[in-house]
Amino acid sequence: MVASETRTKVLEVDNLSISYGAKTAMSGLNLDVYENEIFGIIGPANSGKTSFLRAINRMDAFDTNMKVSGSLRFMGTEVSAWRNAYALRRQIGVVFPLPVGLPMSIYDNVAFAAKLRGVKGKAAIDEVVERCLTRAALWDEVKDRLDSLGSQLSGGQQQRLTIARALSQEPTLLMLDEFSIAVDPVTTMRIEDVLKELKKEMTILLVTNLVQQAERLADRTALFLSGSLIEIGETGALFEGQTQDQRTKDYLEGRFG
Amino acid sequence: MTARFAATELNLSNYRTERRYRLMLFSMTAMLVLPVLIILGILVLKGAPMISWEFLFEFPRRGMTEGGIYPALLGTIFIVVVDLIFAMPIGVAAAIYLSEYAPDNWLTRTINLAIINLAGVPSIVHALFGVGAFVIFFGFGTSILAAALTVAIMTLPLVIVATRESLQAVPQAFREACWSMGASRWQTIFAVVLPNAISGILTGLILEVSRTAGETAPIMFTGAAFFLPFLPESVFEQTMALSLHLYVVSTQVPEVPEALPYGVALVLIGIVLIMNAISIVFRSYLRGKKKW
Repeated sequence: MVASETRTKVLEVDNLSISYGAKTAMSGLNLDVYENEIFGIIGPANSGKTSFLRAINRMDAFDTNMKVSGSLRFMGTEVSAWRNAYALRRQIGVVFPLPVGLPMSIYDNVAFAAKLRGVKGKAAIDEVVERCLTRAALWDEVKDRLDSLGSQLSGGQQQRLTIARALSQEPTLLMLDEFSIAVDPVTTMRIEDVLKELKKEMTILLVTNLVQQAERLADRTALFLSGSLIEIGETGALFEGQTQDQRTKDYLEGRFG
Repeated sequence: MTARFAATELNLSNYRTERRYRLMLFSMTAMLVLPVLIILGILVLKGAPMISWEFLFEFPRRGMTEGGIYPALLGTIFIVVVDLIFAMPIGVAAAIYLSEYAPDNWLTRTINLAIINLAGVPSIVHALFGVGAFVIFFGFGTSILAAALTVAIMTLPLVIVATRESLQAVPQAFREACWSMGASRWQTIFAVVLPNAISGILTGLILEVSRTAGETAPIMFTGAAFFLPFLPESVFEQTMALSLHLYVVSTQVPEVPEALPYGVALVLIGIVLIMNAISIVFRSYLRGKKKW
């Protein structure tokens, strides 16, 4: 990495630990995420990937069981020091593994974040809805039925709806948590193309259980294993076998277990 | 070759056992229908001839052996309405707190225990509490207000439990999606949780109405009168009520025609059934609109 130190750091993580009661989900995590990169996180189940995402947008505020310690800075400010946690979350779009179309109309699904942000007037909100649905490659399929329920779309459409919804927050950081788990391969490819475009405007944190997806999309990739970071590297280099740790090599080659 | 696919003795005995248990469980379940049919059948058979415009909208006459049930019918409606005014907001608010805000600690556990115990207190004990608290201590006297408050306290657990269950039936993923967009708990509740729990909340309220209309013990010491020749003019006055009236004409008044108590009972159960029907229609309408 040539000039990485001069690039803006969106996330700076220093000795981050996360636990749920007596169970430790993540310990001693150190990593930085730079502006306009796709940062891939791979690893098997229970490796702490989702917990990491939840710590970033401070979901621990809604889960009394979840304890976060260490330092986690977003745009240079400690997330726990953001006085307005709601404003923090508005800057971070999240796409969940299973598409969560809120049980409201397609239009309202996308308009919701804009309304939370204080956008007023039908024309302004219409504009947000159309722009975000278009960028999520869904506009053409739903433009004639914006009033029907978001939860009645197909799985792949719903996942694009949630991406449109995340985009309507105009996020600085977009976090995708295994977004393709319930999506067919064709839709997955369409979403991946969308993500490559979005990279120009925002930073993307891509948690994926598909090693090839990380290879296709991520600029840098990190491997998490049972709550600790094993290795971070340039995705290309990692997949060419330039790994520091044998476990990374094994995982990338699918020889793990 | 065929022998391999033929049922063995063990298969056959398994099959017989299966059939026996299914039949037994089904007949137990079917037995539930029987009392309902018998009660409704007798009530309709004996009470239906009594039902008329005059019966519903006239005062009782000749020591309640003739005439209608108007003051009792109206009194029951008054008590239900006043009861709802108190029980609905308190019950729904408590359920929202318990489902959406309450942390899992000793206080929450104590509250939950209190609710369960409140539901288990016999109605006559509630009646005595109502006399002590509302009639005497707060000085409401025997009145609609005191009766309705007593029933409200008695039926609160019903509203709270039904509402809490329906709130918790809304998938957690909806809340998390909403929170992650920067919505507060209240915004999430208002935009996503309540609209999807409304049919369950409604069920709780209907149950509440049915219970309130039917209760006798808690109101007979606190606000329901044996007989009144006039209608109450404010909530601080006594009223007649259908449930107590049924008790009175069945056991306390001599020479009541046999059909009269059946008529009263039919009206009482009719109110409950109509409320249930309304809630079913309303719920299926709402369910058609909201789906996930």
